[in-house]
Amino acid sequence: MEQTISFTLNGKPASVATDGERMLLWVLRSDLGLTGTKFGCGEAQCGACTVIVDGEAVRSCVTPLKDVAGKKVLTIEGLESGGHLNALQEAFVKHHAFQCGFCTPGMVINAYAVLAKNPRVQREEIIKEMDGNLCRCGEHVRILDAIEEAGVAMQGGAR
Amino acid sequence: MRANPVVESGAQTANEVSRRDVLALAGSGLFVLFSTEEAQAQVQEEKIAERPTFATDFNAYVRIAPDGKVTGFAGKVELGQGSITVLSQLIADELDVEYDSVTMVMVDTAVCPWDMGTFGSLNVRQYSLLVRAAAAEARAVLLQMAAEKLGVPVERLRVHAGVISDQAAPDKKVGYGQLVDGKKIERHLAKVPVKPYPALGLSKQRLLRKDALAKVAGKAEFTADVKLPGMLYARIVRPPAHGAKLKSANTEAAEKAGARVIRDGDLIAVLHERPDVAEHALSLVKAEFDTPKSDVDETSIFQHLEKMAPPPRMVKESGSIADGEKQAATVVEGTYLNAYGAHAPIETHSALASFENGKVTVWASTQTPFPLREQIAQELKMRQSDVRVIVPFVGGGFGGKSASGQAIEAARLARLAGTPVQVVYDRAEEFFYDFVRPAAIIKLRTGLTADGRISSWDCKLIAGGERESIPFYNFPNQRTMSAGSMGGGTAPGMHFFGIGAWRAPSVNSNTFARESHMDVLAVKAGVDPVEFRLRHLTDVRMRKVLETAAQRFGWKTGKAPSGCGQGVALGMDVGTYCATCAELSVDKKTGAVKVHRMVVAMDPGVAVNPDGVLQQMEGATTMGLGYALSEELRFRGGEIHDRNFDTYQIPRFSWVPKIECIIVETPGTPAQGCAEPPVVTVGAVLASAIFDATGARLFQLPMTPERVKQALARV
Repeated sequence: MEQTISFTLNGKPASVATDGERMLLWVLRSDLGLTGTKFGCGEAQCGACTVIVDGEAVRSCVTPLKDVAGKKVLTIEGLESGGHLNALQEAFVKHHAFQCGFCTPGMVINAYAVLAKNPRVQREEIIKEMDGNLCRCGEHVRILDAIEEAGVAMQGGAR
Repeated sequence: MRANPVVESGAQTANEVSRRDVLALAGSGLFVLFSTEEAQAQVQEEKIAERPTFATDFNAYVRIAPDGKVTGFAGKVELGQGSITVLSQLIADELDVEYDSVTMVMVDTAVCPWDMGTFGSLNVRQYSLLVRAAAAEARAVLLQMAAEKLGVPVERLRVHAGVISDQAAPDKKVGYGQLVDGKKIERHLAKVPVKPYPALGLSKQRLLRKDALAKVAGKAEFTADVKLPGMLYARIVRPPAHGAKLKSANTEAAEKAGARVIRDGDLIAVLHERPDVAEHALSLVKAEFDTPKSDVDETSIFQHLEKMAPPPRMVKESGSIADGEKQAATVVEGTYLNAYGAHAPIETHSALASFENGKVTVWASTQTPFPLREQIAQELKMRQSDVRVIVPFVGGGFGGKSASGQAIEAARLARLAGTPVQVVYDRAEEFFYDFVRPAAIIKLRTGLTADGRISSWDCKLIAGGERESIPFYNFPNQRTMSAGSMGGGTAPGMHFFGIGAWRAPSVNSNTFARESHMDVLAVKAGVDPVEFRLRHLTDVRMRKVLETAAQRFGWKTGKAPSGCGQGVALGMDVGTYCATCAELSVDKKTGAVKVHRMVVAMDPGVAVNPDGVLQQMEGATTMGLGYALSEELRFRGGEIHDRNFDTYQIPRFSWVPKIECIIVETPGTPAQGCAEPPVVTVGAVLASAIFDATGARLFQLPMTPERVKQALARV
């Protein structure tokens, strides 16, 4: 059923007239042109489509658009500010914590949700929080190192 | 839909195209003279006829803009392995320009020079020599042009950061950009040497990957991210099993739901401007198929393969097995098994095709853009010159994207639709149409003397392929036979779906068998597994990686099983030596394996981009945990039962141990492949460590909790 759904997208008001049962992933990618969020599995099995809704990491491939009405949605495109990468992205760059880069937006966004809640999070907890995000290139150790380092920077006030 | 699912992947050529071939091709261009190290690799003058060949004009690989910026063109795609980084680096070093001033163009068949494909860890060990030679020639030509312009002999000139100056009068200078002035360089020089490895200064620096900023910002463009006006997303009606034939299809409901339906023979697609609406419409199509029945599944496959395989052929024989067995105090046999394995890149196969004036442009996630151009031309009965393939960033390949059926489907549909069409596999299609690593049976029969030496090694390979099956140990009497291999001998009916090259094709299975059997023999001989290997090794490079890994690991010398859960395995692939040690524990109740630490030592000759080498070592080791512990494609006949990551489990953060990687360079030895070697040892090293922890020997990959429990019950 077509309806107009309004929400905050990367800090700006957004409004989409469409069927509210459609999954957020496809609305972001095909209606709004935000292709940083990736399709990997369609069943919340891989984490490539992760976005943040009101502070919580969610899998946009199984999140109906109507569920984000009135909420704040943050995608990979919203992490930079004033053309500068945020601390977590900087750490991913520094550690070369990626190879093909296809899972990377989901990794970064999922980790950002974790650190935004608690930058002092310990490695064991990071592993638990990241376990649903799959990387086939095998960059896991570098990704964990990058997240830990970004946590330290964020404790020092970096965003 | 593929008519015959049992097809070899195009990546097979990786086995067949030797370094010598590529050097010969490069040599035919008359401009390449390799540095002393590479000259040792013996450039052969043989020509390979009737095959597309590498471009010989250096202008095909490097262009210099008036502002001095350099653009590199190559036929290698960026799968994540870092091709655009290492090629930029080598161009910068050869030309003496800043790394930051070099940009690589992603593969576009309209502007990039031909290449056979991105596989076989060939980028640095072969392809980069062509690119370096081109840059070296360009530099030499530019020096000559500068000498004329400045009125200074070439010998007196120096180059720094793309500026040529007179050593005697540094103010006398001219930049590359100024010299070229935006024109194609028409002058050519014969036999310009590339720099010797020690002169490649950027190898000593940690360089920022060229793709880093785009990838962390979500701005890196993959095929599915490309959008064209009027583009439709297609979802295609798929059979329930390989070999199934379409009986009937009713698409009325899909059309009522607003989708456009295109039917071309057995190809039935529903299209819509929104991908999820096309997906919904697909679910409304009622299609019936005749499905061939088979009871063969992942359990009975090994009997099936033995039955169906063609007669074996000889891979290598030296000495006499009969003599060796006569010297033996005991003959030890073992049969080792590996499962079908999926590539499972996170980016599924994707393509977008667009026709304009009878010409088609296809964006595709593929490892083989030039062969794909040929295939599209063939399938659509077009001229190759009317087909252009562009490859944006590719979200992982591992051999699986050497086959690119999705791109042919997109091209067919775009022509019929009269508008651009995108085809992106969903996860179930990705598993279904994957050209998987073949299941493998390796039978070993070996003689062990009373003083603990291997006197005979008799190996029979079935179905898995022979790459790296000839042992690098010193066995006086040995024989390797291969039946139904990937390299040219699958019999009809052997496999129910496509098989192909999976990162280090054949070598993962063959290494698992060889190294596991070395452990078995070490136990029989009552000798420490590291010592037992050294006893049979004279190759100094293999000895060195083994000793390096064992020392860093803190190997505890003794007979296995020691109870401490340490393992060792050696591997060789694409010219590179690799040794891995691992420490793990086994939950005897559940059979679950927890890997705590892995140490990998690898000798790739010289390492031209050390951080890139480390990324391959860490990544391959991590990826290897999957085929070692969990990855096994489940099927019945042509039905593929794994459809997503819930049943097909790939490595996760919680699985990953501490991984320590050591590059053991052999200076002066040409850079060899790095992407494949470190994956080959993982199955064997974990089997070795499981035995050391528990006394249970596993002869079959993957070593799932269930199989570990069964092995424990046999102890």
